[in-house]
Amino acid sequence: MTGTPKIEMRGVEKAFGRNRVLRGVDLTVAKGESLVVIGGSGTGKSVTIKTIIGLVEPDAGDILVDGVSILGARGAKRDALLERFGMLFQGGALFDSMPVWRNVAFRLLQGRMKRPAAEAREIAVEKLRRVGLKPEVADLYPAELSGGMQKRVGLARAIAAEPEIIFFDEPTAGLDPIMATVINQLIRSLVSEIGATAITITHDMRSVREIADRVAMIHEGKVQWCGPVGDIENSGDAALDQFIHGRGEGPIEAVR
Amino acid sequence: MTAVQGFLAAIGAAVLGLCAATGRLAIFAASATSHVFRPPWYPGELGGQLMRIGYYSLPVVGLTAFFTGAALALQIYIGGSRFNAESVVPSIVAIGMVRELGPVLGGLMVAGRVSASIAAELGTMRVTEQIDALTTLSTNPHKYLVAPRLLAATLAMPLLAFVGDVIGILGGYAVGTARLGFNGATYVRNTWDFLTTADISSGLWKAAVFGFIIALMGCYQGYHSGRGAQGVGRATTNAVVSASILILAANYLLNEIFFAA
Repeated sequence: MTGTPKIEMRGVEKAFGRNRVLRGVDLTVAKGESLVVIGGSGTGKSVTIKTIIGLVEPDAGDILVDGVSILGARGAKRDALLERFGMLFQGGALFDSMPVWRNVAFRLLQGRMKRPAAEAREIAVEKLRRVGLKPEVADLYPAELSGGMQKRVGLARAIAAEPEIIFFDEPTAGLDPIMATVINQLIRSLVSEIGATAITITHDMRSVREIADRVAMIHEGKVQWCGPVGDIENSGDAALDQFIHGRGEGPIEAVR
Repeated sequence: MTAVQGFLAAIGAAVLGLCAATGRLAIFAASATSHVFRPPWYPGELGGQLMRIGYYSLPVVGLTAFFTGAALALQIYIGGSRFNAESVVPSIVAIGMVRELGPVLGGLMVAGRVSASIAAELGTMRVTEQIDALTTLSTNPHKYLVAPRLLAATLAMPLLAFVGDVIGILGGYAVGTARLGFNGATYVRNTWDFLTTADISSGLWKAAVFGFIIALMGCYQGYHSGRGAQGVGRATTNAVVSASILILAANYLLNEIFFAA
């Protein structure tokens, strides 16, 4: 990797009570790169991206964006930082109290990015179309949508303000194979067309191959293996090998 | 460790836990209150909460006040008749409703309705990561969710208490004239003649404090809700119980303050 990484994690640690989830995570992501984080359930993949976005405060280590430490950022500095991020949550995390278009355009309806409601709605409808949803969906409420549709609305919301860095937590979980392909292609196009930097968490190996430039595997609170997606089949790492082939026996315990 | 040491350690742990919880609540209250006065503000959210907390609580508060006023009139008549003082019914009903029963019973009813609703809503938002989503969308959840609810409840409760006072007095009037043989005009005159501005204002100040407590406990418990349906259920129960107890404790303290003034 040349130049300053877009995101850099240095020895990040996080414990919840006695449970040491992250035990020194070191990770770098270049500008415009798509990194996919894999690993068993409960190994700290979601916590890793939540520490970057500021939802979880690490106990130790440092996190840098464009070479600048972001830990402890408050007020306007933090707001400016968050405006550069977009995030798709595992369950969609849509606001039940507002219609779909307001969910998608939430960031465009207030704060420094505020636009007239009509313009924000137009952008929301366009983003919905990009994730494969018809304009009629815009006026429905999240409770009226299927799980897969909610996920796509969440994705539309994550990209509505065209952020520089986008986090995807299980973007294809709960989607049918066709829609999963659409979403994988969309994530890939966001990286190649608008130059966004993407970090995706997934268990779906098909998504890994379609989305990733590089893959990082987290195991026992650390990055077990990190390298180009083309190398995962011949990594020589027993844990990665067990994970990508879904074998019950190996260094990763099936009972956790 | 002996049994005595274990017992003392358990007491110590409980006291420390209580102190820590009080500290967390105080920090949450201070932070949320500060956001009420600092931009950005969300007038749409405030308006929505005023409707939910204030307008939609009117039937509950109104019915509670009416039956309380009516029952109070009967009780005071029975008590007063032992001293040949039946004529005090209108004034005691009015003073009792305005100074004490209107704000306290109204507060307890609204605590049941609103505290539970806020805790369940925020708890669900916490569990489904909606609060985290707000943060990632550059929106401070304290400003967007907590501050409008605190302000709306603090503003709405005095209005609800005032309406409750009027309806409670009306309940007393209905029983007084229909059951106890009072003349309507005399009942109204006796009500007004003995009621002071201080009686009314003390009740309304109390109601404002109760409103703050109701929203604070709903928001605090919901915001810190545990995982799953059980966590949200526990948050809802804790919100109602803690709001009710704090309302009664605050009522006593405020009465002491007004009594001393």
